[in-house]
Amino acid sequence: MAEKVNNRSVIFNPLSKNNPVVVQVLGICSVLAVTAKLEPALVMGMSVIAVLAFSNVIISLIRNTIPTNIRIIVQLVVVAGLVVIVSQLLEAFAYDVSKQLSVFIGLIITNCILMGRLEAFAMANRPWPSFLDGIGNGIGYTIILVIVGFFRELLGSGTLLGYQVVPQWCYDHGYVNNGLMILPPMALIVVACIIWVHRSYNKDLQE
Amino acid sequence: MNKQSNIYTIVYIVVLVVVVGAALAFTAMSLKDRQQANADNDKRRQILSSVNITANPAELTEEFDKYITGQVVVNAQGDSIGSDAFSINMVQQVKVAADQRQLPLYICSIDGSTKYIIPLYGQGLWGPIWGYISLNDDASTVYGAFFDHQGETPGLGAEITKDAFRSEFRDKELFKGDRFLPIAVVKAGLAPTGDEDYVNGISGGTITSKGVGAMLDECLKPYKNYLEKLRSNK
Repeated sequence: MAEKVNNRSVIFNPLSKNNPVVVQVLGICSVLAVTAKLEPALVMGMSVIAVLAFSNVIISLIRNTIPTNIRIIVQLVVVAGLVVIVSQLLEAFAYDVSKQLSVFIGLIITNCILMGRLEAFAMANRPWPSFLDGIGNGIGYTIILVIVGFFRELLGSGTLLGYQVVPQWCYDHGYVNNGLMILPPMALIVVACIIWVHRSYNKDLQE
Repeated sequence: MNKQSNIYTIVYIVVLVVVVGAALAFTAMSLKDRQQANADNDKRRQILSSVNITANPAELTEEFDKYITGQVVVNAQGDSIGSDAFSINMVQQVKVAADQRQLPLYICSIDGSTKYIIPLYGQGLWGPIWGYISLNDDASTVYGAFFDHQGETPGLGAEITKDAFRSEFRDKELFKGDRFLPIAVVKAGLAPTGDEDYVNGISGGTITSKGVGAMLDECLKPYKNYLEKLRSNK
């Protein structure tokens, strides 16, 4: 169980070679939901990094006491408790952020990356590598979210982080925002394009 | 100790649930005052937004007391029944039949002119939407509107919070002659069947736009008698 893991690869692998979204295909559901604009995508990424890192540490600390047949329930209870605490803290100390996140913070519970990493990594590794694994996977997830959010907001609304970037003369000359980009299916197609580009650079990932 | 035994499993989960439950209860209890203060301040900010005042977060309470000069609670017959509008919970009020409701109304004075602010609460696509609409002292012409939502889709329904949508309400009238007709929200390019004033909905946010229309209808109608009184007193 406790084989030596390389901390550096634990944190950097999920950024590209073992990316949770484009390689492990986890967390696709939230990629659809929160990437119509760049800002919620960023904030969601930050919250996932925090929750993932801390739930990984907690599960890793108690991993040797958890009875195997209820381990999924234990993981769920820990994640759900943590998410509620995070949302309560935000509400008390960063009210504006908590309002922006609204339902997304609750959605973190259903994010498959969390259960996936807890089950695959934290159950078998010591707290410090688990913490790094949480940070690494969280960042890997955030990168994809930000790329998708960037293209969807730019092409769908002509803005980035709410600021107008497509100049007015483009609209005057007949340019129209692509309304389809705002709808969920385009998130899947953008993710597919990212996977395509990513695989063509990483030949060893091709099947 | 056998970690796979039933006894161990049951004891483990009971202990875990008690610990997590206690942690959650402790967090909720210890943060409650702060959260309530934040929520109250946010409500003040929203009310001021409806009269186009962007208050500095640090001076919110002072600004609120400066501009909001009075609060009344009225009933559907148009009589004043109280003065603490701020503590009335709209979520509960909209569940009550229209003629039983306690209707909060804020009186605001900006540069010497009086505005009336009416809270709104309704349903969007994914969850509740709410807002405040302010009327000029003729109790009919809209001075400003503010909308917010819990979880409408960014880029679609969530656009109701944007100035582009809110500013459409400006100068629309609730009274057409003697008839009271709340503002309709219709698809761009169409007009409502009656002769009420209307604004264009959000394209791609049809259900949220309809929710705004229904909310205006539902929340403004009970004020009809009180607004008529305000008009005739003027």
